[in-house]
Amino acid sequence: MNKIGLYIHIPFCKSKCPYCDFYSLRKGKKDYESYVSSVKRSLKMWAERTEKKADTLYLGGGTPSLLGGELISEIVLAAKESFGCNGEITVECNPSCIETDFFKRVVDAGVNRVSLGMQSAVDSERKKLGRLADVKAVERAINRAFLSGIENVSVDLMIGIPDQNEKTLAQSLEFCAQSGVKHISAYMLKVEEGTFFHENPHKFNFPDEDLTADLYLQMVNFLETEGYSQYEISNFAQQEYESRHNLKYWNCEEYLGIGPAAHSFLNGKRFYYPRDIQFFENGEEPVSDGDGGDLQEYIMLKLRLKDGLIFEECKKRFSDFSETEYIQKAEPMLKAGFMKLDDKSLAITTRGFLISNSIIEKIVY
Amino acid sequence: MAVPKQNIRNFSIIAHIDHGKSTLADRMLEQTESVALRDMTAQLLDNMDLERERGITIKAHAVKLDYKAKDGENYVLNLIDTPGHVDFNYEVSRSLAACEGAVLIIDASQGIEAQTLANTYLALDHDLEIVPVINKIDLPAADPEGVARQVEDVIGLDCELAPRVSAKTGLNVDQVLERIVQDVPAPKEADDSKPLRALIFDSVYDSYKGVIVYVRIMDGKIKAGDTMRMMATGAEFTVVEVGYMRATSMEPAKELTAGEVGYITASIKTVGDAQVGDTVTTAQYPADEPLPGYRKVNPMVFCGVYPADGADYENLRDALEKLRLNDASLSYEPETSGALGFGFRCGFLGLLHLEIIQERLEREYNLDLVTTIPSVVYKIYLNDGSVIEIDNPTHYPDPANISYCEEPLVDAHIYSPQEYVGAIMDLCQDRRGVFKNMDYITPERVDIHYLLPLNEIIYDFFDVLKSRTKGYASFDYEIADYQRSDLVKLDVLLNGDTVDALSFIIHSEKAYAKARKIAEKLKEHIPRQMFEIPIQIAIGGKVIARETVKAMRKDVLAKCYGGDITRKKKLLEKQKEGKKRMRHFGTVEVPQEAFMAVLKLDE
Repeated sequence: MNKIGLYIHIPFCKSKCPYCDFYSLRKGKKDYESYVSSVKRSLKMWAERTEKKADTLYLGGGTPSLLGGELISEIVLAAKESFGCNGEITVECNPSCIETDFFKRVVDAGVNRVSLGMQSAVDSERKKLGRLADVKAVERAINRAFLSGIENVSVDLMIGIPDQNEKTLAQSLEFCAQSGVKHISAYMLKVEEGTFFHENPHKFNFPDEDLTADLYLQMVNFLETEGYSQYEISNFAQQEYESRHNLKYWNCEEYLGIGPAAHSFLNGKRFYYPRDIQFFENGEEPVSDGDGGDLQEYIMLKLRLKDGLIFEECKKRFSDFSETEYIQKAEPMLKAGFMKLDDKSLAITTRGFLISNSIIEKIVY
Repeated sequence: MAVPKQNIRNFSIIAHIDHGKSTLADRMLEQTESVALRDMTAQLLDNMDLERERGITIKAHAVKLDYKAKDGENYVLNLIDTPGHVDFNYEVSRSLAACEGAVLIIDASQGIEAQTLANTYLALDHDLEIVPVINKIDLPAADPEGVARQVEDVIGLDCELAPRVSAKTGLNVDQVLERIVQDVPAPKEADDSKPLRALIFDSVYDSYKGVIVYVRIMDGKIKAGDTMRMMATGAEFTVVEVGYMRATSMEPAKELTAGEVGYITASIKTVGDAQVGDTVTTAQYPADEPLPGYRKVNPMVFCGVYPADGADYENLRDALEKLRLNDASLSYEPETSGALGFGFRCGFLGLLHLEIIQERLEREYNLDLVTTIPSVVYKIYLNDGSVIEIDNPTHYPDPANISYCEEPLVDAHIYSPQEYVGAIMDLCQDRRGVFKNMDYITPERVDIHYLLPLNEIIYDFFDVLKSRTKGYASFDYEIADYQRSDLVKLDVLLNGDTVDALSFIIHSEKAYAKARKIAEKLKEHIPRQMFEIPIQIAIGGKVIARETVKAMRKDVLAKCYGGDITRKKKLLEKQKEGKKRMRHFGTVEVPQEAFMAVLKLDE
C-alpha cells in the first residue's frame, strides 16, 4: 500500500510576524500540553480509521520549536507509533526560540530534518519581518542542528521584503551557501489580507514587480551555481535533499493534516480542520473540501515542478490522458521560452515560473 | 369632493441640487396626509433607485394633494416634480409650462447656487409666480436672514414672507403650504367649454394600462370614451380612463377639466405616441392650435452598447425594448463590431442620459456592458457630391473620398458669477467655442453666450464647468446649425490590430493631444500580460502616438500553503473568471475599465 505524508500543525508563536497569515496563537505552557494531548488523540483516531502508513512527517506552524524538545518528541513518537513514519521527519524551527538541548532531544525521537524560518540574513530586513533573533542566532541554530547529527537543514528565504535589493539578497544568498544548509525554500512575499503589511501598505517600500522578478532570477542563478538546483517554483536543494514531504503535495499524492488549519488529501477527498483550535481540541470532524486529484489539479501541481508534466507518469494515473491538447495550448508559451517540451514531458522554465499562474491557467483551462 | 377652480394650485419645486427638494416634497405629502406615515420611505417621489442615489430627479412626477388652508377652505395642490439636468431641460420646461407657480428652495447654509438661478430664470420664462423658501434652518451654519437678503438682491424676490423651514424636521412646512395657497395664482382662463387642449408633461409605460399620459388641462375637458388626438403626431386613441395621481395610487375620475392635472390612459402601446410637450385634444371637438413649445426630441449623442458576455445579446435587446417603452428619447438599432461582437447603436439626449440608461441596464437588468466612445452625428460631403450622416466612427469613409465634413454646433448660455468669466472663457476657447456676447444679468452675474461644437460638450463639459466655477455656473444649450470642420478619425491599434470600438472622430487640431492621452490611459488600464503589447493611435495609416504595455514579470503563487490545494485552485479559477470579463483582441485582453478610461479621458 502507498505511504502517505503526515502533517501536524503547531498553532503557537511567540509573536505574530507582519507578513504571516498562517494560523497561530500566543499561549502558555499549559495550552501546549493540552494541545499535544489532543494531537495524540487525533493521531490514534486517524490510525484506527485508515490502514495507511506514513513515510514522511512534517511538524509545521506556527512555531513547533516553541513547544520545546520534550513535547515535540512526544508528538513525534506518537506519530511513529500510529503511522510508522520511517522516512523524512521535519520540524520547523524559529531561531529565536530553540532551547539549548532541543535538537538533541528531537533527534532521539527520530527527527532528521530541520526547517529554519530564516527569511533573510540581513538584520535590518529581519527586523521589518518581525523576526526576533539576529542572523548570528540563525547561524548558531544551524550549527547546533549539524552538531546534533541533523545534516538535512533547510532555511526559508523571502523575496520582496520591504527595501530589499540585489545587494541585500546577495548577502542572504551568500549566507545560505556558506552555512552548508542542504535545502532552501524561497518564497516571494505576497501581502495577504489581515496581515500587518496588508493593513499598513504605505509604511513599507515593497520592491515592485520588475525588481521582485529580477531578484528571483538572481537567486535562481546564484543557487544553481552553488549546487542548489531548483526542483520547484520556490524550492532548491542539493542532490538527494529535496523535501520528500513537500513533493507529495506537488505530485498529487496523499497526506493527512492534523491540527487547526491543516489540510488533507486522502482517498480522493480533500478536507481540512478550520482555523479554530477549540474546534480541533473538541474532536470535531474536519470539514470537506470536495473531491481532489483530478487531471486538472494534477497538471496544475505537476507544472510547479522543474520536471513538469511527465506524460508516461500521467498516463499511468489517467489512462485516457493525451498530451496533444496540452502541447497545442502551450504553443505560444513554448515559442516565448516560458515552457519547454521534449518527447517525455512538458515543463515551465525558470523565466516561466515567474508567471506560472498565467501559464498554468492557459494550460489547465 | 369637487373643489372650485379658483382653489386649484399647480406648482413645481425648483432648487439647486441637494437643497432639499425631495425632502420638502415628502414633508408636504405627510402634512397633507397624502401618504400614511408607514408608507414613507425617504424621498418618495424619486422612486427609481438611481434617483435616490444620485439625488437627482430623472423622470418628472406629479401628485395631487388635498389641503385645508387656514382660511377654512379646501384646496387642491398639484405638485409637479421636475428633472434637474441640462440633458432634460426640455422636459423641465414642459413641466413648468403646466404650472402657475414654483416653490424655489434655497439652502440657508449655502445660499444661491448655479441651479437656483438657472431654474429661477426658467420659471420666470414661463411666467410662474415664485415662492421662495429658505430651507435647512436647523443646520448650525444656517444664515436664513443673510440668504434672504441675497435672494432679494440677486433675484429680486421679496423674502419678507418667505418661510424659513427645515424640511428635514418638518418645521414650518405648513407655512409653505399657506404661501402656495396665497401666492400661486389659480389656473388662468381655464374654460371647460373650449375645445380640449391638454399639455403632456410626462408619460409612463405601465404593463397593465399601457401608457399613462400625465397632462395639465389648459382648456376644455376630457372623459373616458372620448377620442383623444395627439396634435403633433395625429395619432388617435379611445380614452379608457382619466383620473388623478395620488402619492401611492391612481384615483380614477369621471372627467378632467380645465385647470386640473391628471392622467389619461387609452391603451397606448408606446410612450413615443404620447410625447412630452405634445397637446392632446379630442377628435369630436378639436382645438385649432396646439399649445406652444412642442419640440420633437432627437437623440444627440450616440454610442455602441454591447453585452460583456455575447450570450446576453437577447437580454440586452429585451431590456432596451422595455426602457424604450418608457423613454421616447432613447433610440437603438443593432450593430456589430469586430472587437465587441453583436450589440446596439443607441442614441441619447446627452451624456447623463447615456449614463443613466447604462446604469439602469446594468442594475435593473443585471447586464454587464461595454460601451464605446460617444459620438455626435457628422455630415460627410463626399467628392461625388453625395452627403452621408454618420453617428458611428466605424462608418467614416476613406479620407480620400471626402470633400469636407460638418459637425453640429450648440448655442450655449452659461450663467455665472462674474469672477469666473475668465475661467469660463478659457474653457470655451479650449473647446473650440466661438464667443457671441455677454450680458450682465445683475452687477454680479453674467450670461456668457457661446457657439460650441456639440462633440466638445458631450463628454464632460458640464463637469469641468462646475469644477472651474466651484459649482456656481449653470449651463444651458440648444442645438444650432452644422458647421464645416476639419475632422479626422483616430484609430486605436493593439498589437497591430485596429480595435474598431475605440475609434472616434475628432477635430484635427486636437488629435495629437488626444491620441497621446488615449495611449497613456490604455497603458495605465491594460494589465501587463504574458507578452508585450504595443499601443498605437493612428490617423489613416500614420501612427501619431504610441505606448507599450510591458510584458508581465511576476504572476506566481510562490508560497506553499501546506496542502491547501483548493485555495490554489480557487485563485486560478478566480483569475480565469476575471479574464473572462475582459475583451479579447487577438491575444490581448482588455478590461472594461480601459474602455471607460478612454471614454472619460478628460477627468
